[in-house]
Amino acid sequence: MKSQTLGKASAPRRRKSLLSMGAEFPTTTYVGIAICAFLLLLAAWTIVARLGLVQPIFLPSPLAVVAKLIKLAQDGTLGSDVAISVYRISIGFLIASVMALATAILIGAYRFWEAAIEPILDFVRYMPVVAFVPLSILWSGTSDPQKFLIIWIGTYFQQALMFKDNIKRVPADFVGFGRTLGMSDLRVLMRIVVPSAMPQIWDTLRISLGWAWTWVTLAELVAANSGLGYRITVAQRYLQTDMAIGYILVLGVLGLATDQIMRFLGRQFFKYEKRS
Amino acid sequence: MAQHPKLSISGLNKSFRNGQVKVLSDINLEVADNEFVSLVGASGCGKSTLLAIIAGLQESDNGEVLVDGAPISGPGIDRGVVFQSYTLLPWLTAQQNVEFALRETRHDPKEIADIARRHIELVKLTRFADAFPSQLSGGMKQRVAIARALSYRPKILLMDEPFGALDALTRGQMQELLMQIWQEHKLTVIFVTHDVSEAVYLSDRIFVMGLNPGRIKETIPVPFARPRASEEGRDPELLELQARVLRSIREETAGHDVH
Ligand SMILES: Nc1ncnc2c1ncn2[C@@H]1O[C@H](COP(=O)(O)OP(=O)(O)O)[C@@H](O)[C@H]1O
Ligand SMILES: [Mg+2]
Repeated sequence: MKSQTLGKASAPRRRKSLLSMGAEFPTTTYVGIAICAFLLLLAAWTIVARLGLVQPIFLPSPLAVVAKLIKLAQDGTLGSDVAISVYRISIGFLIASVMALATAILIGAYRFWEAAIEPILDFVRYMPVVAFVPLSILWSGTSDPQKFLIIWIGTYFQQALMFKDNIKRVPADFVGFGRTLGMSDLRVLMRIVVPSAMPQIWDTLRISLGWAWTWVTLAELVAANSGLGYRITVAQRYLQTDMAIGYILVLGVLGLATDQIMRFLGRQFFKYEKRS
Repeated sequence: MAQHPKLSISGLNKSFRNGQVKVLSDINLEVADNEFVSLVGASGCGKSTLLAIIAGLQESDNGEVLVDGAPISGPGIDRGVVFQSYTLLPWLTAQQNVEFALRETRHDPKEIADIARRHIELVKLTRFADAFPSQLSGGMKQRVAIARALSYRPKILLMDEPFGALDALTRGQMQELLMQIWQEHKLTVIFVTHDVSEAVYLSDRIFVMGLNPGRIKETIPVPFARPRASEEGRDPELLELQARVLRSIREETAGHDVH
């Protein structure tokens, strides 16, 4: 009897702990909180716009933004803008990633190349990407290669250093194991070290892909006649604030979606990491 | 031609940082075919370094390491290693991990699956052949590592505290299994441990290593019949020997500040 009342008494205490540090609750509760926060933000935006606190030319209502996006989707503008930006980020990111991985393997495994290359990477990494924009236009005009170049500058240097870190974290005994089988250094590297680091490398790819969205947008903002970034500059020129905000939201959704896709693929590829 | 010992080390020295830190000093030892020897000694006395040199994974400053009378040049498949840390490839199943070693050591592709299966059976893991390392306990992982190291038939098996990370119960089971395999397959084993009772249970001879610099301080034969009782039920003579090994190690650390 007594223990039953005790059990009941502990229930309200658990509810109170929703706001306490390190509190645990079911995923449904988590999602619920997230949706509520989103709706709250949307409601605040709607109220500000509706009450006319800010002129529509500066802040159109959410409904106006959505309506504009639907219109742009119907006439094909949105689709072609997304397609061209996705194309640019794909190529630029692919080139940067392949080059960064090759560099990382080289400097992660060979002290000589580490000494020769890493200080340069470290130095360039601290140069602001935006400062390269004028140069990139000078070197490669305003067509697609300039977009690839900006994406490359923005991601390659960071990726190479992060990949190197991923590779260095593979325990030395893995290398020792490969050597006791009589494997050559190159073979140990390609058959043991790099595959061992793959889950971490994938994570680095996912994170750097997020940054690449920023760089493609930047490149399109300054010099382009197509793409999501370009359309935002057009919106500014013609005071189409609804379009600018709509496109920023689209960029946010695209970034979030690619991140989720990368996470999903990672879970599929690296199933072996899960204990079950 | 005279019969060579399986392994022979003479006049071996090793230091780190351009000779500033002397780790191994004038190591001389021989291990016979089918012999099981242990290296024991205080932590930091150079057991792992010596084993890595025998494996060919580290270079000594001077001295000779001979396997069947021939000097070693780097690592080779005549010496198999079981590391203390888990070195199973995480994206391969237990079976595939053994197959990996067989493929890299250029076994006949038609036989690889079968040899691997038999070695998984040898370490009593047939039920877990298709499990990934993340799904195996520490003891199971080390069993796969043993199966993998044995699969390509090295002449010498080198083991660096392979059971060091396991709980006492699992460690006991692993020792028993290793003994069975050693007796059935007539292996030559060099086993590094800091667990004296483990060394006494497993070895034909125990090399006690001294500290600062690391050297072979004493060679203690373990002349007891097998199978030996593990832990409980050991007769007084065996316990006496165990105490002697322990004393020998303690003498080394007594002068030093060891917590
Ligand atoms: N790469 C290295 N550089 C410098 N000192 C090292 C290196 N590897 C090992 N040592 C030193 O050599 C000594 C012996 O190490 P180790 O062989 O790991 O001892 P044990 O396995 O007996 O505990 C230790 O004092 C350790 O600090
Ligand atoms: Mg050690």
